[in-house]
Amino acid sequence: MKLLAGMPQAMSPVVTHYCPGCSHGVLHRIIAELIDELDLRERTVGVASVGCSVLAYNYFETDFVQAPHGRAPAVATGIKRARPNLFVFTYQGDGDMAAIGTSEIIHAAARGEKITAIMYNNTIYGMTGGQMSPTTLMGAVTATTPYGRREENGRPYRMAELLAQMPGTAYVARTHVADVGNIVKTKRAIRKAFEAQLNGLGFSMVEVLGNCPTNWGVTPAEANRYVMGEMVDYFPLGEFKDLTKEVLAGVRA
Amino acid sequence: MEPMMTMMKGNEALGEAAIRAGCRFFFGYPITPQSELPAYMARRMPEVGGTFLQAESELAAVNMLLGAAAAGVRAMTSSSSPGFSLKQEGISYMIGSQLPCVVVNIMRGGPGLGNIQPSQGDYFQVVKGGGHGDYRMITLAPSTVQELVDLTMLAFDLADAYRNPVALLGDGLLGQTMEPVSFPPVREPLDDKDWALTGARGRPKHVITSLELNPEGLEELNLRLQAKFAAMAAKEARWEEYRCDDAELVVVAYGTSARIARAAVDGARSIGLKVGLYRPITVWPFPVQGLARLADRGVRQFLDVEMSSGQMVEDVKLAVLGRARVDFYGRLGGMVPTPREILSEIQKLMGGEAS
Repeated sequence: MKLLAGMPQAMSPVVTHYCPGCSHGVLHRIIAELIDELDLRERTVGVASVGCSVLAYNYFETDFVQAPHGRAPAVATGIKRARPNLFVFTYQGDGDMAAIGTSEIIHAAARGEKITAIMYNNTIYGMTGGQMSPTTLMGAVTATTPYGRREENGRPYRMAELLAQMPGTAYVARTHVADVGNIVKTKRAIRKAFEAQLNGLGFSMVEVLGNCPTNWGVTPAEANRYVMGEMVDYFPLGEFKDLTKEVLAGVRA
Repeated sequence: MEPMMTMMKGNEALGEAAIRAGCRFFFGYPITPQSELPAYMARRMPEVGGTFLQAESELAAVNMLLGAAAAGVRAMTSSSSPGFSLKQEGISYMIGSQLPCVVVNIMRGGPGLGNIQPSQGDYFQVVKGGGHGDYRMITLAPSTVQELVDLTMLAFDLADAYRNPVALLGDGLLGQTMEPVSFPPVREPLDDKDWALTGARGRPKHVITSLELNPEGLEELNLRLQAKFAAMAAKEARWEEYRCDDAELVVVAYGTSARIARAAVDGARSIGLKVGLYRPITVWPFPVQGLARLADRGVRQFLDVEMSSGQMVEDVKLAVLGRARVDFYGRLGGMVPTPREILSEIQKLMGGEAS
């Protein structure tokens, strides 16, 4: 018998706290597989944020630090500046990155910090019980928009496009993990983001559209359809900046 | 070889002392009256292979500090009162995560935006813990530029020894004063913290967090922290007594106020009044021992002098425990007391004529 698939070394063999059907686990696994494939496990420091992924440090077999709400890019900056040989990534939700941490993410990107930020955008605050986030779609009912998100709550904004404008960014993309094909594409995008950091090209970020069946109050299958439908309509998939093309072309040839 | 004396501003001397203590990472944000410190670091860090980074806010600066401290290097941030308020978030996290670092508050007038004049209005904020949770932080309060240098070196050692942030509490006057100072030789940065985040090469992963969802676990962490704070309180209290031996009245003051009060004490002595000065060097742990001993010895009057509304008075009263009278004289809003004002208070309290 031949073992075709197993647990990545960079992933801890434990049961996660995530809800049934949640796609955080898929994204964790993609990151862990890439850490293995790029042989980074022994030089990686992850930065957990505040939100559902606050306990991410329990699920990776790498060094990890837990940052105050929204400050993961600043914490990652301190680590990377102190030890430039480390591979440093943040794992943040839409509330953490697009609301309370807007300043830290924009300036880390503008400075071109050689770190990678992974954003799990499921358009809601999951950990605190399903409140509106800056990326919540118009009309969506949440704990704090019981009548649906309206003009008075402001409109959702697009983080990947925003960061792509920053002078220090080397790679910015948006993907989703609601079906197998796009899980593969997400892995490809995150690989590029990691390579951007490893080659010292600058700041890299991948915004991954994910679900939240529990707080959306739908089944996992319905949740994934919402990701591929309404969410992708508002948050277009694609690469918004890619400096890896030219620089890594030589390496790959 | 005799150390060379150099004329230096307090803020710059602080920066040089940090570098000599092995600090190679400084995360700053401009605010008066501490701006010479980040400017000094911006110039000096590249010369010693260190990193100066101007953050986008005090919040970012203190969290960069958290990251660098987690990576196991000696690092520092500095600010002044309104900016220090913003750093409280990171300080609480670093204490919960047991990360050593040095945080500097060169106080100015408050509340709110206040002004840029010297003040001691942040005693509560720094000494009593302006952030959330049950925590303590050793707080060093130098009164001269030389002492600022010496205590900056000490601050890094204490931070590493206890794996806890240490605060340097000065004011705009100390930061701006230029005095001759001598520096100890440059120490090499330490790199032997076996708990730091360096990559899990050949060892189990390290996790640094202040999160513990299980209340039994969080109580246990708190008890460990409290044991550490108790050890600091027992071992790290520092103070200076000046002309206290036969004193009938003792002035209690720290930092710039103490320096001014010292002149008032000399003035009182010159007219025959038996007055001394008790100067806390650590304001946390507050040096109760020496004050209690003076009260035991029969000092019946203490005069607390501050550039605040009397934030330290409660600590003096707790140390004296009703054995003596505790009065207060202070100036507010960036006003600095003169030796004559303090002497006049002393004379009033001792029944002499106020001149």
